[in-house]
Amino acid sequence: MTQDERLDREPDVHTWTGRARVWMLKKLPPDKLLPEDQPSYVASWIYVFGMGAIGSLLIVIASGVILSLNGPNWYHISALGHFVNSLHLWSVELMFLTMVVHLWGKFWMASWRGGRALTWITGVGSFAVSIVAAFTGYLLQTNFDSQWIAFEGKDALNASGIGAWFNVSNLGQMFMWHVTLLPLAVGAIVVLHVVLVRMRGVVPPIDAAATDSQLTGVPATATEPTEAKVN
Amino acid sequence: MNTLLLAMGDSPGIYLGWGVFTIQLGNLIIILTMLALFGLALVLPFPGSGGRK
Amino acid sequence: MKGKVDPMSARAVGIAGTPWRGKLREYDLFKELTVGVSVMVVLTVILALVLGSPDEPSVTLKSWANAQTADFAATATAELGGTSETAQYGPPYTNTKGATQTIGALDLQSLSGVQLPVNTANAFVLDPLATLPNQPTEIATWRAATKAEQAKWTDTYATALSKAPKSAPLNVKSGNYGPVPALIGDLTAMAQSGALDGVIQAQGNAYNLNYTNEILFLGDGQYFQNLAADQHLTGDQWGMMNETGGTPGQSWLWLFSFFYQIPPFSTAPNADLLVVGVMLILTLLLALVPFIPWLRRIPKWIPVHRLVWKDYYRKR
Repeated sequence: MTQDERLDREPDVHTWTGRARVWMLKKLPPDKLLPEDQPSYVASWIYVFGMGAIGSLLIVIASGVILSLNGPNWYHISALGHFVNSLHLWSVELMFLTMVVHLWGKFWMASWRGGRALTWITGVGSFAVSIVAAFTGYLLQTNFDSQWIAFEGKDALNASGIGAWFNVSNLGQMFMWHVTLLPLAVGAIVVLHVVLVRMRGVVPPIDAAATDSQLTGVPATATEPTEAKVN
Repeated sequence: MNTLLLAMGDSPGIYLGWGVFTIQLGNLIIILTMLALFGLALVLPFPGSGGRK
Repeated sequence: MKGKVDPMSARAVGIAGTPWRGKLREYDLFKELTVGVSVMVVLTVILALVLGSPDEPSVTLKSWANAQTADFAATATAELGGTSETAQYGPPYTNTKGATQTIGALDLQSLSGVQLPVNTANAFVLDPLATLPNQPTEIATWRAATKAEQAKWTDTYATALSKAPKSAPLNVKSGNYGPVPALIGDLTAMAQSGALDGVIQAQGNAYNLNYTNEILFLGDGQYFQNLAADQHLTGDQWGMMNETGGTPGQSWLWLFSFFYQIPPFSTAPNADLLVVGVMLILTLLLALVPFIPWLRRIPKWIPVHRLVWKDYYRKR
């Protein structure tokens, strides 16, 4: 009996909570969420850059939380604060570096194939939202660089008609965007992206055919547990 | 290599230009690093890629 | 459904669209996460320790008025006369006619309206001077004059200032400038003492986190612009990508920055709107690659995937 069949037969599910549980378990069973194996084709260094971006994002968040404890002026006057500011800056640089290599890799693998369009779109979305988040961070440096970025950056926003509602010279507003709204947005879209990757699995090679030895050469004894796992 | 790396520190910026293209050395190093990592990821063999039977 | 489905599309067909039934390899998600985070922590700490981060001190009206008194006085005159960049910016600061960036009938800047009104003469010159303990009597003279008189005074003073030796206010030949030299002189002294920063920033409140007026005033002068140009931060220097000093900046803005360097954008009066529009379209194209046939087939034509999955293809 496959998991789907088991779930379909789950008795007495009539509450919203129960139905949500059945739906979630069907869409993303625990062994898909936390897998112990991957298809044999998942064997390239290109696959590590997504995790690199996630690792960097965690450091960005951690260093950002430490900076939040003491407020934006701390790093101007404390050596420890300046070091944490440096951690925040370099984790952002590393996050973009790994994210862009990840994006290149996924493009050349055409990773949107097989019903993975939303995975691709949320990936591009997290890149775009991260750019806005980083931009507001530069405005919070409260130094010459942020003064200049506020002055120069206003023109593109004003020309687009949104400069009054996203006012880069308004430190209070940019502060809130940077420490609440944009981290929530980046976090939410990255979580959605990762969940979609787990739900849909890693895209098979372009032109993979049912006659390939890695699809057909599996001994019958090994096929049974494999099927149970993948389903 | 060390001087290259330290050029990305809090020192006066170094700028390279070709016509309309100008780039700060720190940014150039980041971009070249991305390209190098991408290239290496494609060509280097992945350990244990023999696969599990 | 008639016809063959493009295997490069996002449609869930074929092997890509069904659960993998072939060979597996062992994989440990938590181990990869742990290793990934550890590697990034080590890299971040090393980079932060070795390279640090820049913190170029901010500039103030005080540092400006002391470093380049002539530039401050000329800018203040333009603010008083309503001829500065800010005074003629258009929405959201002023309602100057014809100042907005448009594409055909598309005028988003006007659509937004004057949401953050700035009257440069009042906000940057006259109101701050009115907070002085000995309020200059010239404020009243200025306010009593007609628009034409005011414009004539500031125009002739601005011209005289630019022709004076070293453009210094003290070297200006005497002439019919009305109250302008006294107002600008008092404002310059006020700025040099640091009082002007406080007044413009506070705007009558104890708490103020909005720096719009101070940034606009600074940006109207040459001093701030020259400091930025020295650090390669201006738009025509690819400055959008650059951080102060040698530290890498927002290199991910390279394409946004690139368009500002080339025609027709580099010479267009509506460059900002054009570049924003192009970038929005390109971002949308990137997000919609799975649905655009000629874009989604590029990975098939240029077979980089042969390298990614070299083991798989070798063992077919």
